[in-house]
Amino acid sequence: MKLMKTLLMATAMVAVAAGAAQAKQLIYCSEASPKHFDPAMATGGNDFDASARTIYNRLVEFKHGATELEPGLADSWEISADGLEYTFKLHPGTKFQTTDYFTPTRDLNADDVVFSFERQFKEDNPFHAYLADSQYEYYEAMAMPSYIKEVVKVDDLTVKIVLNTPNSPMLANLGMDFASIVSKEYADKLIASGTETDFASKPVGTGPFQYVDYQLDSVIRYAAFPDYFKGKVALDDLIFAITPDTTARTQRLLAGECDIMSYPSPTDIASLKENTDLVVLDQAGLNVGYMSYNTTVAPTDDVEVRKALSMAINKPALVEALFGAGNAEPAKNLIPPTMWSYNDATPEQEYNPEKAKEILAAKGVTEIELWASDRARSYNPAFARSAEIIQQDWAAVGVKATINTVEWTQYRIDGAKSDRPGAFQIGWGGDNGDPDNFFAVLFGAAAIGTQNYSIWNNAEFEKLIKDGVLETDQAKRAAIYVKAQELMTAEEPAFLMAHSTIYMPMSKKVLGYTMDPLAMHRFDNVDVAE
Amino acid sequence: MLKYILNRLLLVIPTLIGITICSFGFVRLIPGDPILALSGERGVTAERYAMLVEKYGFDRPIWEQYFRYLGQVVRGDFGDSLATHRPVVEEFLKLFPATVELGIFALIFAIAIGVPAGIFAAVKRGTWLDQGLMGTALVGYSMPIFWWGLLMIIFFSGYLGWTPVSGRIGLQFFMKPVTGFMLVDSLLAGNFNAFVSALRHLILPTIVLGTIPLAVIARQTRSAMLEVMGEDYVRTARAKGLSGRRVIGLHALRNALIPVVTTIGLQVGVLMGGAILTETIFSWPGIGRWLVDSIYKRDYAVVQNGLLIVAVIVMIVNLVVDLLYAVINPRIRVQSS
Repeated sequence: MKLMKTLLMATAMVAVAAGAAQAKQLIYCSEASPKHFDPAMATGGNDFDASARTIYNRLVEFKHGATELEPGLADSWEISADGLEYTFKLHPGTKFQTTDYFTPTRDLNADDVVFSFERQFKEDNPFHAYLADSQYEYYEAMAMPSYIKEVVKVDDLTVKIVLNTPNSPMLANLGMDFASIVSKEYADKLIASGTETDFASKPVGTGPFQYVDYQLDSVIRYAAFPDYFKGKVALDDLIFAITPDTTARTQRLLAGECDIMSYPSPTDIASLKENTDLVVLDQAGLNVGYMSYNTTVAPTDDVEVRKALSMAINKPALVEALFGAGNAEPAKNLIPPTMWSYNDATPEQEYNPEKAKEILAAKGVTEIELWASDRARSYNPAFARSAEIIQQDWAAVGVKATINTVEWTQYRIDGAKSDRPGAFQIGWGGDNGDPDNFFAVLFGAAAIGTQNYSIWNNAEFEKLIKDGVLETDQAKRAAIYVKAQELMTAEEPAFLMAHSTIYMPMSKKVLGYTMDPLAMHRFDNVDVAE
Repeated sequence: MLKYILNRLLLVIPTLIGITICSFGFVRLIPGDPILALSGERGVTAERYAMLVEKYGFDRPIWEQYFRYLGQVVRGDFGDSLATHRPVVEEFLKLFPATVELGIFALIFAIAIGVPAGIFAAVKRGTWLDQGLMGTALVGYSMPIFWWGLLMIIFFSGYLGWTPVSGRIGLQFFMKPVTGFMLVDSLLAGNFNAFVSALRHLILPTIVLGTIPLAVIARQTRSAMLEVMGEDYVRTARAKGLSGRRVIGLHALRNALIPVVTTIGLQVGVLMGGAILTETIFSWPGIGRWLVDSIYKRDYAVVQNGLLIVAVIVMIVNLVVDLLYAVINPRIRVQSS
């Protein structure tokens, strides 16, 4: 009997051990704590990684590793001939996650979709202001209030989004994180119990992973959602180990405390690549670093001066010094080469200090202000360093540049002022893979005072970006944006600096991870080797 | 004695008001705009910006903003974080145990090494040992914490692999916080492996955070010891033929430790300051890192209220130390009475 008991216990222990060995766990060293888990109110990439890209889905999704869209919660969609109505057919039988704080009684339906959008723009929606100081920054930033007229339930599995004016990038916008679909049933339950704020701290979605626990500023735990509508993912557990310091993050990966990490330091890339236990994936980022000339203030209001100043800069040398060899490519267009409508025919920037010196001397340009900030960005890891290099290049052609270094948030306020003098270093990371998200957002007249740091208001360019939004045929849109690139090359509202490469180092046991041009970190297609 | 305590308590009020002015003022002196910082990369339109400025009251005169803030503090309302929308007090209470746990270990580490090192240096005054110990203490005192922490991680965790890189406990242990003190929680859960893991995670941050207090305590102990060793009663003890060990341990040390206790009390403030960097380097989820993140985000509510709470706690600790000082030092009691 005793022997039997021992054998049984041993068998049970082996079974437990085997079970533990079979549980597939991925530890991701992330760079920052999420503000909360409500993707509609988040603004940072780390916020979206922790919520939208793990717990939630959208009507349409960006394909892994691409900016093209694929069906998400909507199996199919139709756009009316006038471009004003988008009708989505929802995937039937889509489950919401069952957690220890919520058990759904129904599948996803059109009410959830209507609620997910209406709470962002209808002030009388009970969830519009459920948190103190609720803000729907992305909904606003993508100009959705001016485009979306209403969101209508047609039947349980059909929903229609009606626009005020046609807007070709709308579908791409609906694939963005802020457009994640949440559970109306869960929201109603929280209203009934007077615990609305739990919506941001105890999330419920339809996504590949469900929330388990968050220890503030330390670790987020997720488990695979067994009833995920696309099928349970290969991983069983996903852990975000929040590690803000880049060196500590790298050391954790090297020590095996993490399986994969975000945002390595460019200086560590070479040594990480040499490590035989690791793989370092890379991809051209959907970003651009540039330097805006104020086109309304002398001397940069003169296109010849702008061209001469750009001509004086040794761009390849600048990019290599700033990012390190191979970590970025010099930009010749505003949009990166991976984006559709990229104009490969744009000539490389001419580097001709003698000619530049001649023009600048003839124009009487001897001094200029050059702006730099204190924050490292993926499109420019050191504004001060790039400013110094440009300062030297300009000194060589007889122009003395005074570098203004300003704190990051103040920097953007100062930079957007219409009377700001000189050249202003800035950049952009794309939101949705649509060229409009670069051209209109950064150089459209409507962005003067916010993102148009060149204060550039060009009638021809304005017409092109307006046509680009109204046109629904992608080939025709591409032709429009090619013209926009030609115009920018001719007018030089900015010196286009670089498109940087993004890196993702990981253990060799991580399988199937796909780099994402939109800098999203998604783990639904990841597996780990046994 | 009672008068002494009352005097000390009365001093708390102007100090508190001073702290509110400082915490309110400093966060506004940092360049940067809280609304843009919270809006992320995309920025906001001019209309929306104006609306938010009005909503948060940033368009009001600065004195009005201050008195409104003071009024909230008096009512015990520390507000919600602008970034996370959670109550500041709730976040503070979640994170504070981690800082206290680390602080206690750092203080124990600093005392356990600093006091004996100071005594040893005093006894061996003028020898190479004294100079070596005090030189090391000076190096420790001058060490930039950030650099020191990264160096320790790279060497002990990266190169030797002896200690974990960062965090409070191995990620395989999923401990729901009960007290918030990881060592206590792991014991309450009856998980010895988790306890060992938590202890191992404490090693490097303890050393890094405890280095400066250690240096200060060692130097203070040495000078206090040197002072009392020249006193008549110590000379008398020696003349009586007591052994050197008894003279040091029984007569000199007891008196020398009185100023050291004050120094140790003051180190609580130093530890709070050091925690800001240590917690950032070691991904330690405490209030130091929380405050740094909030400064980056220009989260006024967290910075001004978090600083205020921390300052009050440091003040209370200092007050207790002062009172303790009066208890262990009869001269203070005599003077005050």
